Amino acid sequence: MKQANGDKCIKLKLKVWRQKTQGSKGRFESFKAENISKDMSFLEMLDVVNEKIILSGKPPIAFDHDCREGICGSCGAMVNGRAHGPEKGTTLCQLHMRHFSDGDTVVIEPWRSRAFKVVKDLVVDRSALDKIIQAGGYVSVNTGGVPDGNAIPVPQEIAEKAMDAAECIGCGACAAACPNASVMLFTGAKISQFALLPQGHPEAKKRVLAMVGKMDQLGFGNCTNEKECAAECPKEISIINIARMNREFLKSGLFS
Amino acid sequence: MKLDSKIPDGPLSEKWDRHRFELKLVNPANKKKFKILVVGTGLAGASTSATLAELGYEVETFCIQDSPRRAHSISAQGGINAAKNYQNDGDSIWRLFYDTIKGGDFRSREANVYRLAQVSNNIIDQCVAQGVPFAREYSGMLANRSFGGAQVSRTFYARGQTGQQLLLGAYGALSRQIAAGKVKLFTRRDMLDLVVIDGKARGIIVRNLVSGDLEKYSADAVVLATGGYGNVFYLSTNAMASNVSAAFASYKKGAFFANPCFTQIHPTCIPVKGTYQSKLTLMSESLRNDGRVWVPKTPGDKRLPGQISESERDYYLENKYPGFGNLVPRDVASRNAKNQCDMDKGVGDTQLAVYLDFEDAIKRSGQDVIGKKYGNLFKMYEKITADNPYETPMKIYPAVHYTMGGLWVDYNLMSTIPGLFVLGEANFSDHGSNRLGASALMQGLADGYFIIPYTIGSYLAEAPLGKIDEDHKEFSLSSLEVETRIKKLISIEGGRTVDSFHRELGRILWEYCGMSRNNSGLKKAKKLIRDLRVEYWENVLVGGSEKDFNQSLERAWRVADFLEFGELMVIDALERQESCGGHFNEKYQTDTHEALRDDKHFCHVSAGEFRGDNRKPKFHKEPLTFENVKLTQRSYK
Repeated sequence: MKQANGDKCIKLKLKVWRQKTQGSKGRFESFKAENISKDMSFLEMLDVVNEKIILSGKPPIAFDHDCREGICGSCGAMVNGRAHGPEKGTTLCQLHMRHFSDGDTVVIEPWRSRAFKVVKDLVVDRSALDKIIQAGGYVSVNTGGVPDGNAIPVPQEIAEKAMDAAECIGCGACAAACPNASVMLFTGAKISQFALLPQGHPEAKKRVLAMVGKMDQLGFGNCTNEKECAAECPKEISIINIARMNREFLKSGLFS
Repeated sequence: MKLDSKIPDGPLSEKWDRHRFELKLVNPANKKKFKILVVGTGLAGASTSATLAELGYEVETFCIQDSPRRAHSISAQGGINAAKNYQNDGDSIWRLFYDTIKGGDFRSREANVYRLAQVSNNIIDQCVAQGVPFAREYSGMLANRSFGGAQVSRTFYARGQTGQQLLLGAYGALSRQIAAGKVKLFTRRDMLDLVVIDGKARGIIVRNLVSGDLEKYSADAVVLATGGYGNVFYLSTNAMASNVSAAFASYKKGAFFANPCFTQIHPTCIPVKGTYQSKLTLMSESLRNDGRVWVPKTPGDKRLPGQISESERDYYLENKYPGFGNLVPRDVASRNAKNQCDMDKGVGDTQLAVYLDFEDAIKRSGQDVIGKKYGNLFKMYEKITADNPYETPMKIYPAVHYTMGGLWVDYNLMSTIPGLFVLGEANFSDHGSNRLGASALMQGLADGYFIIPYTIGSYLAEAPLGKIDEDHKEFSLSSLEVETRIKKLISIEGGRTVDSFHRELGRILWEYCGMSRNNSGLKKAKKLIRDLRVEYWENVLVGGSEKDFNQSLERAWRVADFLEFGELMVIDALERQESCGGHFNEKYQTDTHEALRDDKHFCHVSAGEFRGDNRKPKFHKEPLTFENVKLTQRSYK
């Protein structure tokens, strides 16, 4: 295997949020990231830095990550103030170092949101997102006893729109990017998927009330149309989903 | 010990029905008295947890990640097979069964594969009812596409994110049971040991990855749905946390490990770029429906693809396999790519790549149509490589993707330890020596939604299970062993990081136990792995403490297991003196370099039994009998 070419390598100065545990006080710590190939992903750059930290006998930077292909939703951090970094429609694991220049200073912080407590360094607790889904983000069907797949026709256009919403990876960037720490894009996307599909209709009212109620209860803020969520969403989930959620919410109140 | 697969008698198509009738039932009122632990929340684990809870069992579910939705099933791209025959193109349960058996190069059980094909249709119905947004035709009917190793269109898909949508469906079903209080969920927990009491699986030891505490959980049965071991190669398409540890701990407690040498190298992945690389990215096999694979005809031709004229290109798959063309099974496509690169026809900087070209497809169907089908994959490719596949051919190379081997299970999905059930990629049962595309999602969901709910009930109804809890001495012993091993890992304080060992192990296995194997290489690998293991326990540097969120320690535990498991793989590869599917021993090949099976001596499942550290495992054979299909040399010409 050939080594990365010298001319493709850059040096960076990192300022990383370090916090030992949930309750402890955090601070920024500086690191030099040297010999960083432009073909590396952002997380691979952190791997390289961590290898050096481990060898120097210090605790490496903790960060969540798993699939490293932009679909599991594990990774995420504020990079120079932007959720998942400067590239549009990109998770941190799919952000490549070719988007940085030699000598750049890069500030890396965990998601900031009342509902996401820091676990360690860049790792946050996002179980609030699971709780919103548990409140109603599904069709209440048991295994077995369902009709043939083609017995429920879904117009292609509707299926495509439902899929646009269903692509959400649950990373939490929407809440982290929002000045109000609102998670309406996440919740709206799930509500939209089922509001669009016929399978979701029988429980539509119950679902929207339960999910919105849970979202408020967990301490997420409200939407004031800043649209930061949609701008930073790595899956480019549209703001339309929030409008659709609001419509569903109104409907459930008006006609119940 | 004789391996009893417990395959029911009777004609193939009636076996499962008959078996379901013969299985004992648990009285509905008694189900809540049984507690079941489910480890893993991918397709198999999430579907199991949800379904068992719906039936009334008490379920406790564990995952490594911060949320069950992040299990690696989420990354599956292309699709899920089912024998619906919606396209009226000649598909049937029998054909899906036959394609899968043949695709696996006749090293899987007829009865299991037939059952898989039977329940495939129920899976689609179930997922549609859950609101999985499958691709649709203008009519509103479900759309299909074709996939490698099949000549019919039977693959259901949701763009290039089928795994994501199916997993979110199962995660929804699981979430509903969590909300109902029927499933207790434990996230950021890593299973480090299986607790066996009176010969039965009765609990697990997990590490709380946030606090570092060891926790004990007891139950009446344990379900492992912990995925495959592809990360033994370090570089693979698996997620970073995918590991063999839960399965390997169970192996050490008496579960046999079947066919560990059966690993799948996927033909269409983004080639390796540099030594820092942490993982490889798959480009869905569905791309081979429209993309054409080629290399320059002349070895060493380093011109850009656009400068190489049509007559100077070798579309080697189309030329060699006119019947299936670019749609040959994965093992065949991968080996051919390697052969081309071995002949110095590889392309790109590293010369370890072949082209996958969409120029003709775009000319034929237009950029819009191709973009609709593969847009997200093209985007991902461009993000990673900075090349635009609409304008220049993709460069692809094979990468480790899936492991057909796994813990041995009988027809009921129970391992050689009573009460330990193994599902999905973690078991060995349905794919033989090569898995066909769009079959993994099918198997994970078949096991979880439609098989385990029946078979585990029969076990619980029949097994006399005494009352035990976490105070039993086996829990303390097990926990102490785990603690000792963790302390040992941390105390070494050597000079090399965990990752550097893992990378080296990966290089050894890729070189000697990868796409192409030979006996002297395998013997060499065995020694290299042993030496590396010795060095690991003398010179690894983990850092940090055990009672902490310590990701280096998490990896250190997994790599320690990979270093033992890698040797098991190599030993199994040496025992199997034939070629079949993904296991290609250079000594055994046809004149045209295809895998040459030896049905006389190796038509069996090989299941390793642990006999102590640094002792050779004992391999048991489960003969494979084929009553319904004729064993043939696989041909895709």
